[in-house]
Amino acid sequence: MKAQETYSNLFKNYREVLRLNAACALDGARDAAFARFEAMGIPAANNEEYRYCDLRPALEVDYGLNLYRMGIPAHPGEVFRCDVPTLSTKLFFVVNDLFYPNKKPIELPEGIIYGSLNEQLKANPELLERYYNALCSQGKDTMAALNTAMVQDGFVLYIPAGVQVEQPLQLVQMFQGDIDIMATRRLLIVLEEGASANVIVCDHAMSTAKYFSNQVCEIFLGKDARLEYYEMEMTHDKVTRVSNTYVSQDAGSDLLMNNIGLENGLTRNNVELTFQAPDAKADLSGLSLLSRQQLSDNHVVVNHKAGGCNSNQIFKYVMDGAARGVFGGKVLVQPQAQKTVALQSNANLCTSKEARMHAMPQLEIYADDVTCSHGSATGQIDENALFYMRQRGLSEEEARMFLKFAFASDIVERISLKPLQARIRMLIGKRFRGELSKCAECNICP
Amino acid sequence: MEKSPDQHIIEEVTSGEYKHGFVTDIETEVIPRGLNEDVVRLISAKKQEPEWLLEFRLKAFRYWQTLEMPTWAHLQVPEIDYQDIIYFAAPKTESDDNEEIDPELLKTFDKLGIPLEERDRLLKGGTAVDAVMDSVSVKTTYKENLAELGIIFCSISEAVREYPDLVRQYLGSVVPYRDNYFAALNCAVFSDGSFVYIPKGVRCPMELSTYFRINAVNTGQFERTLIVADDDSYVSYLEGCTAPIRDKSQLHAAIVEIVVNERAEVKYSTVQNWYPGDKNGKGGIYNFVTKRCLCKGYRSKVSWTQVETGSAITWKYPSCVLKGDESVGEFYSVAVTNNYQQADTGTKMIHLGRNTKSTIVSKGISAGKSQNSYRGLVRVASEADNARNHSQCDSLLMGDACGAHTFPYIDINNNTAVVEHEATTSKINEEQLFYCQQRGISTEEAVGLIVNGYAKEVLNKLPMEFAVEAQKLLSVSLEGSVG
Amino acid sequence: MHLLEIKNLHASIGDKEIIKGLNLTIDEGEIHAIMGPNGSGKSTLSAVLTGHPAYTVTEGEVYFKGKNLLEMPAEMRSREGLFLSFQYPVEIPGVSMVNFMRAAVNEHRKYRGEAPLNASEFLKLMREKRALVELDNKLANRSVNEGFSGGEKKRNEIFQMAMLDPVLSILDETDSGLDIDALRIVSEGVNKIHTPQKACVVITHYQRLLDYIKPSIVHVLYQGKIVKTAGFELVGELEAKGYDWIKQELGY
Repeated sequence: MKAQETYSNLFKNYREVLRLNAACALDGARDAAFARFEAMGIPAANNEEYRYCDLRPALEVDYGLNLYRMGIPAHPGEVFRCDVPTLSTKLFFVVNDLFYPNKKPIELPEGIIYGSLNEQLKANPELLERYYNALCSQGKDTMAALNTAMVQDGFVLYIPAGVQVEQPLQLVQMFQGDIDIMATRRLLIVLEEGASANVIVCDHAMSTAKYFSNQVCEIFLGKDARLEYYEMEMTHDKVTRVSNTYVSQDAGSDLLMNNIGLENGLTRNNVELTFQAPDAKADLSGLSLLSRQQLSDNHVVVNHKAGGCNSNQIFKYVMDGAARGVFGGKVLVQPQAQKTVALQSNANLCTSKEARMHAMPQLEIYADDVTCSHGSATGQIDENALFYMRQRGLSEEEARMFLKFAFASDIVERISLKPLQARIRMLIGKRFRGELSKCAECNICP
Repeated sequence: MEKSPDQHIIEEVTSGEYKHGFVTDIETEVIPRGLNEDVVRLISAKKQEPEWLLEFRLKAFRYWQTLEMPTWAHLQVPEIDYQDIIYFAAPKTESDDNEEIDPELLKTFDKLGIPLEERDRLLKGGTAVDAVMDSVSVKTTYKENLAELGIIFCSISEAVREYPDLVRQYLGSVVPYRDNYFAALNCAVFSDGSFVYIPKGVRCPMELSTYFRINAVNTGQFERTLIVADDDSYVSYLEGCTAPIRDKSQLHAAIVEIVVNERAEVKYSTVQNWYPGDKNGKGGIYNFVTKRCLCKGYRSKVSWTQVETGSAITWKYPSCVLKGDESVGEFYSVAVTNNYQQADTGTKMIHLGRNTKSTIVSKGISAGKSQNSYRGLVRVASEADNARNHSQCDSLLMGDACGAHTFPYIDINNNTAVVEHEATTSKINEEQLFYCQQRGISTEEAVGLIVNGYAKEVLNKLPMEFAVEAQKLLSVSLEGSVG
Repeated sequence: MHLLEIKNLHASIGDKEIIKGLNLTIDEGEIHAIMGPNGSGKSTLSAVLTGHPAYTVTEGEVYFKGKNLLEMPAEMRSREGLFLSFQYPVEIPGVSMVNFMRAAVNEHRKYRGEAPLNASEFLKLMREKRALVELDNKLANRSVNEGFSGGEKKRNEIFQMAMLDPVLSILDETDSGLDIDALRIVSEGVNKIHTPQKACVVITHYQRLLDYIKPSIVHVLYQGKIVKTAGFELVGELEAKGYDWIKQELGY
């Protein structure tokens, strides 16, 4: 297979370049990961997990890779304007796959480690090495293995025990450059016992080239730690995003994860979450707004290894044009995980003839004292509601928009940072009106 | 340690005897073990089949040889040695007269509650039976009465001889030999089964039923059923199955094909009670079945109802291809697994026509160390406007060593579809159990009541006689399996 | 020019004809009652007049303020001043009452060439109109009709009627599901909104609503046609004798 060979050769040819300047942990994980990548191969259509999400066309593109770590002239903080106006955040930037150090040191409580993953792995090996790749190396995804083989830098956030960070931390990941680029992005987020934080990660594309991001994010929540993790994608039709997020939760920890896809090309989000110890809680939600040929495929596995944990998933899709939505969700309850409460729900709105939805919600349950349920519903806009609204004088178009917005609203309501919620609400409204692309002073989206 | 009453009952239930495990002592004609082209030819020759059917078998066999056994199901299937199976076994009859049935066989079916003497049953509201033992049909009752209405009900072997054109037209038309591994195997070596043809406008006045019995040792059973309901006709068809207790597992790989024409309706009910193996998981039937109905005509309708208590391994997805506009497919299932049983069962609803409707109700109950999976596909093709589906898949867990799994696949290619899937998994409701106990009902009985209540929606779809049998079977398979 | 003029209206749903040659004229200031047994076509009439897409008009003409009503999409009929109080108000989860009404009111204003209301003007209007039907502020902040009781839904309909200030209102069984107090509140609301420039059609089975909202003209709809028209006295007669005598009179 061509793409497979391309990436294999790339790795072999540049093995030594990858070694340059790389932290031990980063470089030490490459060869095993590459071997796994070669063994598993790029997922083809006959791969059950990637049945509706064929990555091959996206991988056939001849992407430029920034192996020699060339920077761009202007600091991203100066060109980036798409922040959340009423929400004050600590901003961090990754351009393509290069982390940009902040010009001024950022004020954060003592003991917090943040910034370039590569640099911090070198500076704090005793603290960070045991986390890096610990979850990803156990995973079965080829693209995650490719990430580990190729990664040169990324973003790390380490919060020591008992430290609470009130102000949200926002990581802006943008694509920039006029050539087709592939970025290997890596995030490591560790919250030790009793720590808490809010993290926002948004993906943007600043021009119209073909971009491919292959991201791995590993999240460790210690005992009673609390994390709100928001992801937002606002890219364009020519962008491919593959993301593997691994989460490990210790006893009593609490995670809120929310993914909003406003504009994208082909997006594949894998989330693999494991409850390692009892009484932890995870609330996972996602909203994908899809048009034209856009595809969004969310695969979520929640592994209840310990009892008394509570997981709640809700994923929604609104599709028009010839868009395609895919949802694969699995709740796995291990024999020892008694008193598990696991809910999973998927709802989809197809508003055009060519839109497609594929849903595979799964329950795999080996313990008996559990409350587990899942539901999946696909339908159209409620004609009675539509008529009711028109009877009150709303145009059909506006009534439809109201109803689409209403359909999406319970996902937005799960965003507990109110300014962010308001911002997302506004963006969704613009998205439905087709005005989203007009805001960014660009003409990326058709 | 003192045993709780619940544990006590579990033991009692799991030691509960399989009621149909006896062996009929009858001389059986068998062919040598193993499978090759000669065996396929031999089976065909024994059945004096026409050339086209032998060709069909050989094509299927050659195709089967190119395949590997599928592994996608949530099942752990021990290696099956296909060369260690006897592919044809027939009870030997003393005389050559087909009308004369060996008294031992009559006794066997009597014991199973299936009297083959017509005088024993009332014609009106009775049931016509095709009794199949191992690879051959022993007797089909009420054939003549049905023939007066133009209904054909006979063994498929007989149908091949008597109605070759009909059989040739429909055989393999719904489940082609290339469909899957076990379908290919069945097409190569299928032995006996039933053939039903209901002519235009005829409402079959009695239930038709086939009773499958595996008796011979080391044999596989590969039955084949073909039902054709012509325009505006109706038939309710029942299938029952049992097997003796044997230490060694036996393979059963059947195909059921149904074709429903315009405005016709077929109800297909199964109570599957194959030998499930003993409490240590030894023996039992491996059941790999392909059942499919083509709702070909406008407003055609099919309804599958299954109560699964038997088999060590079940791999079965009775499906509906809703091709005719406004056709309707229904699937109602109760699957019970206990001890080391494994079931991976469900349905496929393929919506092709306009305004087609499907309903799925699946109730899984797992106890002991069993694994019980629902696997289902709902597909709405792009031309299938206004398709509607509702699926409800519930699982009940009894005891902490079993598993209950749900694997639905939903494919929607038309935006006018409304498709809803809901599933819940929980353990038996302790409040209900306590309530019953407080009223003086024993735990064992209470579980029986609750499980029957839980499965009622499905049991209600069964014909009366069958429903009673199924209810008893549920209680026997499970009563008190509460941990 | 009449406010509403229906001439030989025929309408069907699917293949089934429900309205079979209906004639009706309504002028400003009038309150009409339409009564009739179940299935006679009362709700179909209101759905057809307001432009529900499930129904097709096969024959006939309808003029509203001299304009061809049947040519207008549902929202234009609303903006022209035709309001329907639904028999079964639709629940719309996720759409807040405030946003919904604000959009509706501003659409109406835009249609009349008026500037949209700003937030405080709008809230003031809401407050004022809410008081008419004693609608709780909490309800106004919820999703449209979601989780409302039967009575609350009907009050909410009249509240919306007050907000949109229509010329012709059709109240489709607005009394169903109301207790005595709610019935009084709703009727008083309707009466307060009514002016000599407006008209109202009250569809009901019972006299009790008509004791509050007094019609001057009463029609009996039967098998898709208006078979009898009289004054208020007909209400009492129907309440006492049912519909059978009319059927007999007509020779059905």
